[in-house]
Amino acid sequence: MAETLLFNALREAIDEEMARDPHVCVMGEDVGQYGGSYKVTKDLYDKYGELRVLDTPIAENAFTGMAVGAAMTGLRPIVEGMNMGFLLLAFNQISNNMGMLRYTSGGNFTIPAVVRGPGGVGRQLGAEHSQRLEAYFHAVPGIKIVAVSTPTNAKGLMKAAIRDNNPVLFFEHVLLYNLSEDIPEGDYVCALDQAEIVREGKDVTILTYSRMRHHCLKAVEQLSQDGIDVELIDLISLKPFDMETIRASIRKTHKVIVVEECMKTGGIGAELLALITEQCFDELDARPVRLSSQDIPTPYNGTLENLTIIQPHQIVEAARALQSGQI
Amino acid sequence: MTQADMSRDLAAASGAPSCSADATHVAGPHAERLENLYPATPAAVTRDEGLVLYRDMVLGRRFEDKCAEMYYRGKMFGFVHLYNGQEAVSTGVIKAMKAQHDWFCSTYRDHVHALSAGVPAREVMSELFGKETGCSKGRGGSMHLFSKEHHLLGGYAFIGEGIPVALGAAFTSRYKRDALGDASSDAVTAAFFGDGTCNIGQFYECLNMAALWKLPILFVVENNKWAIGMDHNRATSDPEIWRKAAAFGMAGEEVDGMDVLAVRAAAQRAVERARAGEGPTLLECLTYRYRGHSLADPDELRAAEEKEFWAKRDPIQRLAAQLIDQSLATVDELKAIDKEIDAHIADCVEFALAAPEPKPEELTRYIWAED
Ligand SMILES: Cc1ncc(C[n+]2csc(CCOP(=O)(O)OP(=O)(O)O)c2C)c(N)n1
Ligand SMILES: [Mg+2]
Repeated sequence: MAETLLFNALREAIDEEMARDPHVCVMGEDVGQYGGSYKVTKDLYDKYGELRVLDTPIAENAFTGMAVGAAMTGLRPIVEGMNMGFLLLAFNQISNNMGMLRYTSGGNFTIPAVVRGPGGVGRQLGAEHSQRLEAYFHAVPGIKIVAVSTPTNAKGLMKAAIRDNNPVLFFEHVLLYNLSEDIPEGDYVCALDQAEIVREGKDVTILTYSRMRHHCLKAVEQLSQDGIDVELIDLISLKPFDMETIRASIRKTHKVIVVEECMKTGGIGAELLALITEQCFDELDARPVRLSSQDIPTPYNGTLENLTIIQPHQIVEAARALQSGQI
Repeated sequence: MTQADMSRDLAAASGAPSCSADATHVAGPHAERLENLYPATPAAVTRDEGLVLYRDMVLGRRFEDKCAEMYYRGKMFGFVHLYNGQEAVSTGVIKAMKAQHDWFCSTYRDHVHALSAGVPAREVMSELFGKETGCSKGRGGSMHLFSKEHHLLGGYAFIGEGIPVALGAAFTSRYKRDALGDASSDAVTAAFFGDGTCNIGQFYECLNMAALWKLPILFVVENNKWAIGMDHNRATSDPEIWRKAAAFGMAGEEVDGMDVLAVRAAAQRAVERARAGEGPTLLECLTYRYRGHSLADPDELRAAEEKEFWAKRDPIQRLAAQLIDQSLATVDELKAIDKEIDAHIADCVEFALAAPEPKPEELTRYIWAED
């Protein structure tokens, strides 16, 4: 076990995979000499050279498409979105080509590519840099979407994403890069399609992902003092959802809260609750609860920003209300 | 100054004939450009090479004619974009490259590129019929022909999106050579796209990256003057697309896209540069499509004079005349090839009609790499 910062855990994963397979390469803005805007590729340029860690011009659409072509012809590119929001400019390449091309080609080509970078709402970064594109990309067929939340899962999932033969959208979070914890030594991978049961409990299931996991943990602490035993599940895989784990938990608690950072309309929770309603309707003792960000552009002002995204106390209140039968 | 720049200037200095007569004027500025092209020294061709080119162009033409017939008979659906008139570009470029070694990337107007790249006509026809035997297993259709076996990176239906994908294939060539140390990695990629596509961002983004990293790629612009109903001259500030190469410090050439030998010679030069590590070329082929934008297009906008001008420059007839003039083939030999190809295409139609549909239980197959 070694105490590791989340950005370093990602870096270790990329470094180890690049050493393991020479077809693995990184491309994006400032990934090379500068080491990545969150230092996830620090020093890899010196170690692997300018082609394997390729500093691209600021051209998201084209370099994402280039990664598609590279993946189709034998490489395993990792594309860094300097901020995941910038991938709006690569939406076409991600949707039409990463997502659909294998199918459209009748299985001729595979696209083993990872698109990774910082997502989520940071600290007063303003609306454009505070997007949660996991929701926008959710409907794209043929891509896997994962969101990491701890140094341990960041490293194991990054390795799994690189080794996967399908395109993976890999969401990190701007505010989690300096999270630190002991992570396992050596080579380990985490399953891309498995939710993580963060805490077992019998009263209420809380489903969350990315930074909201940590808000939920704060709420759970408070709730356990109230005698409410929460089962906290980090979805990890946003597409496809690990419905097996989710169903098992709801069969146990019969109550569910979804806590997400994306906006309510068309969000991750919207799809998740639809599936839960379809698959677990009879198991539910109360209507499901969805705690999402406001349907607004994220404001710059700190107070307003906090009001936009879910805070731990709101999770506590929702769980209490659910447990006491007020919902 | 690029080579082509120089040859143009030399041509001007030596008073190369400008044959723009009144007819050209009526046929418009695109026709005028073609007429004013410095007449290429007729490229030499052997009998065998000449017949390969001829056969490929006739295959493209007859295949497309058959598609039109099948579309109107309700055998194929969706948007179908035919290539008639532009054959010299597909044939000239692709036959200057190595099959199953170099890479090819197309658009929605992709049938003939697929054929030139060696995708069996049966597979292409089957794809258009939506059959399991199609090169994309009936999942792609006319605008999405793919063949890994024949290094066809695909037909891309959105404007410009294939260019970065092609760039990625070119990047792989360089990566294999310089990062993986595989000295034999010398595959060149050709990306085909139209004049209208030269106004989209991805085109410029890719020219920049290709030149910056000296990637082995040919940007082949098939300037047929029209982007559906948008006249090239109304869509772009400088209609001479090949000149944009200079801004990126790459080689640029314009070529008579109705002359397969000229296209082939230009492609050979570009491929040679690319293989030698000298980077990309922007090759603008002046051409024309003989049919509407797609089979759904009433084609009411284009002037009769313009169509006539280009009809007189049919690339297949031109090559036929050259082969006969140079005694490389006889009229009868060429006729025999035409007949053979007609029979081949009839066979493709029969094959495609009889071919099985994709299985309903395989509806969700090919989403993931594992199945
Ligand atoms: C992104 C996008 N916008 C619009 C279209 C519709 N569209 C299809 S073909 C075309 C014209 C393209 O013209 P050009 O690049 O000259 O190619 P050509 O059809 O002449 O071969 C347009 C606008 C599209 N397919 N994709
Ligand atoms: Mg055009």
